Amino acid sequence: MNSIIFTAAARLLVALLFVFSLFMLLRGHHLPGGGFIGGLIGAVAFIVYSLATGPAEARLALRISPEVIAMIGLGIALLAGLFSFFMGDPFFTGQWYWVGGDSYETAAFSINTVLVFDIGVYLVVLGGILSLTYAFEEET
Amino acid sequence: MADHSDPNAPWKTVSGIGTSAITALLFVFFLQYLPGVAAGDPVRWVIPWIPSLDVNLTFWIDGLSLMFALLITGIGAMVMLYAAKYLAGHPQYDRFALYLFSFMLSMLGLVLADNLIALFVFWELTTFTSYLLIGFSHTDPKSRRNALQALLLTAAGGLALLAGLIMLGITQGTFEMSQINAAGSLEGQRFYLLILILVLCGAFTKSAQVPFHFWLPNAMAAPTPVSAYLHSATMVKAGVYLLARMHPSLSGSDVWIWTLSIFGAVTAVFASFMALRQTDLKQTLAYTTLMALGTLVMFLAGSTGYAITAAMTFLLVHSLYKAGLFLTIGIIDHSTGTRDANLLGGLAKAMPITAVAAALAGLAMAGIPPFLGFIAKEVAYAGALEARLLVFVVPMALVAFALMFAVAGIVAYKPFFGPQGKLPHAPHEGPWPMLLGPVVLGVLGLAFGLLPGLSAYYLIEPAVAAVMGAPDSGGRVKLWAGFNMPLLLSLVTFALGFVLYLKHQSLRGLLARIEARGPNLDAGWDVFLDKFMALAKGQTKLIQTGVLRQYMFATFAVFATTVLVTLLTRNVGGISLGFAGLGFMEWGVAALIVAGTVLVLQTSSRIVALVALGVVGIGVALIFIMYSAPDVAITQLLVELLVVVLLALAFLKMPHLDPSGTQTHSFANAALAATVGVLTTIVVLLVVDQPFDRRLTEFFEATSWTEAFGRNIVNVILVDFRTLDTFGEIAVVLIAALGAFALLKGATKARAAKGDRK
Repeated sequence: MNSIIFTAAARLLVALLFVFSLFMLLRGHHLPGGGFIGGLIGAVAFIVYSLATGPAEARLALRISPEVIAMIGLGIALLAGLFSFFMGDPFFTGQWYWVGGDSYETAAFSINTVLVFDIGVYLVVLGGILSLTYAFEEET
Repeated sequence: MADHSDPNAPWKTVSGIGTSAITALLFVFFLQYLPGVAAGDPVRWVIPWIPSLDVNLTFWIDGLSLMFALLITGIGAMVMLYAAKYLAGHPQYDRFALYLFSFMLSMLGLVLADNLIALFVFWELTTFTSYLLIGFSHTDPKSRRNALQALLLTAAGGLALLAGLIMLGITQGTFEMSQINAAGSLEGQRFYLLILILVLCGAFTKSAQVPFHFWLPNAMAAPTPVSAYLHSATMVKAGVYLLARMHPSLSGSDVWIWTLSIFGAVTAVFASFMALRQTDLKQTLAYTTLMALGTLVMFLAGSTGYAITAAMTFLLVHSLYKAGLFLTIGIIDHSTGTRDANLLGGLAKAMPITAVAAALAGLAMAGIPPFLGFIAKEVAYAGALEARLLVFVVPMALVAFALMFAVAGIVAYKPFFGPQGKLPHAPHEGPWPMLLGPVVLGVLGLAFGLLPGLSAYYLIEPAVAAVMGAPDSGGRVKLWAGFNMPLLLSLVTFALGFVLYLKHQSLRGLLARIEARGPNLDAGWDVFLDKFMALAKGQTKLIQTGVLRQYMFATFAVFATTVLVTLLTRNVGGISLGFAGLGFMEWGVAALIVAGTVLVLQTSSRIVALVALGVVGIGVALIFIMYSAPDVAITQLLVELLVVVLLALAFLKMPHLDPSGTQTHSFANAALAATVGVLTTIVVLLVVDQPFDRRLTEFFEATSWTEAFGRNIVNVILVDFRTLDTFGEIAVVLIAALGAFALLKGATKARAAKGDRK
């Protein structure tokens, strides 16, 4: 797209959108958001970038090809599920570890497989949509 | 046939020696159960699998399964060692070792499984792995075709078996075979006949009874070690195993006795004549396998001690000598380059050890004392004389055994001591890894016969007890049973067999002429498959038009019809439309949605239609926001946005919607769209009219924070309570994306290739 205004604005927008997508991913457990929504916003960020600069440039910015990102995401989600399996719980039972305390109330923060799973969802959505969009854009 | 490679290639590979060693260890492992099982103390392991469906990996070691397990692992270890040398240097040997080992494990699972569903899973695994083995020479179209034939036939029988097993499990209230057997015969129960027929379909296809026999000789397309393994102790014996396993609950009825006797006898006699007719030694052995299977089925028809003892003894001796003979023929083929019975002869000088091994196996096959084969034949005649269909079974058994005597001469005597023809290579003795199996198996056949008491106590009688479902009195397996009818019949067999052997050259021509006249089931199979494919192609052409609009029309038409029929046939009550409480915002959003819809119908530009549809979607998102579902609303908004972007990208490449600028409307499309719209509205209104069930909502409200530490219930459901569903969904997202990606890239590539050619 040859609009200078759009190209210039896109660079700003992409960073903002991408940070916003991570923010939505992380807050999802308590407030509207989560991996699905975060992944969609992240996809929008990179689509805006590719519309401004072309898919070749956007692929470079992404560093890893979107199909691989989606596959890694599915792998991460599966690992989150398998982890509980190895801990002796049924498949996909959330595992929680408190840091700086022994319960949700006292702990400073927690490490848990639920967030890991949500990150997997984020990556699958992001990668899946981008692989489609880029393929469409590159289609000549 | 060159299914082996360089004889000087290294053969001590990890995949060859490793699999063989593991199998040998398994054999030793099963050996330790011999004393316990012989003392009448079966072993049982239970591994829960799908407990909610009563499907468990239950393994049950009794006399029958232990005998099979020992044969499978024992012969398996020797065959794997043999194959390591036989296929040394073959570029795909590792793959072969994997197939063979997987097949061995599936077969082991099949004979040990007590749970019917687990048994079926292993049953199908053997079908599948044997398909890979038979089709191993995959560059040869004949080999692929024969593998597919075996797969389709046995898998079709497997489906019938599955239905039979499920009915058996449901009617008996348990899926554990040992419990079903303990409850005794099912005869006279409801569904007995249906279960029996279905189980027999599975067993007869797997064990290649006439008229399903033709896949078995074709399966000889596999490398010789595979034939040795599949046709001695495993694959084809699976059907026999099934009949033996189900004997306590299914046997005894007239249907059982008649069906098994007739199918078994016809198969046995037909196959022994066919064996005599072949000139390829491997084909000859293939038909003798059929003959053995028929004999086994025929004796399993009975329920007397002698009949079952005959079946079990014959099963044991057949596994030993058949594996041995196949392996020796592999050595002959390897050494001389041919398997033609007319050419081979006088090999004893060059291949003395092979000759001894073949002689041991051949004598067991011919039923010469003191080999176990002799005892098997004696017991078999005793069993036949007790059979209810005596007048039928005895002559059939006599003919089959006499022919077997003659065939034993053809495969084990003539190649080594007969006149020699012109051989492609000068014969030389086989290497030791290939000789080990035949020699050990041959010696075992002799040793078991010399020590009838031991082999009966540890192997045969426990198996007989398992098949009879009751402790066995024993004492039937002996070398010398006195001057009696079976002995007389044995002598007649020898005489008749000897005459048949002397006359086999002239008989072969006669049989070939008869065969040419008879129906050719194998060719019929090809015709059947072609017709079937034509039918499939025809109906695909009819249904899959390739026009997206027609698919959409069909989908929505089916949807409208089912909803309409449901609404009309069920008393759904009235619909109440309440407009009270709707404010400016609600009306505004509704107006927005309607306006968007109207625009979609009016416009002649794809892009405008797309954006207008986006307006409709955003209107829906606004409704979600108004009713406080922020997560759903955000997702809806983002998806609308992305759909517009994606479709816009696609539409850029498509022709203008209506180049002439005039609107054309299909009445049928409009009517369908209106119907679907109205029906959907009615369904939604009906749903809203129902009292709202808050049980789930309350559960999630109560537990979302306390159990999953999350305050956003939608997200907690997605990533914690119903994670498996979400996982399935993201897997679908990935697969859909990859599929579309591949299609797009494929289209681009195809076009690029076309451009290149221009």
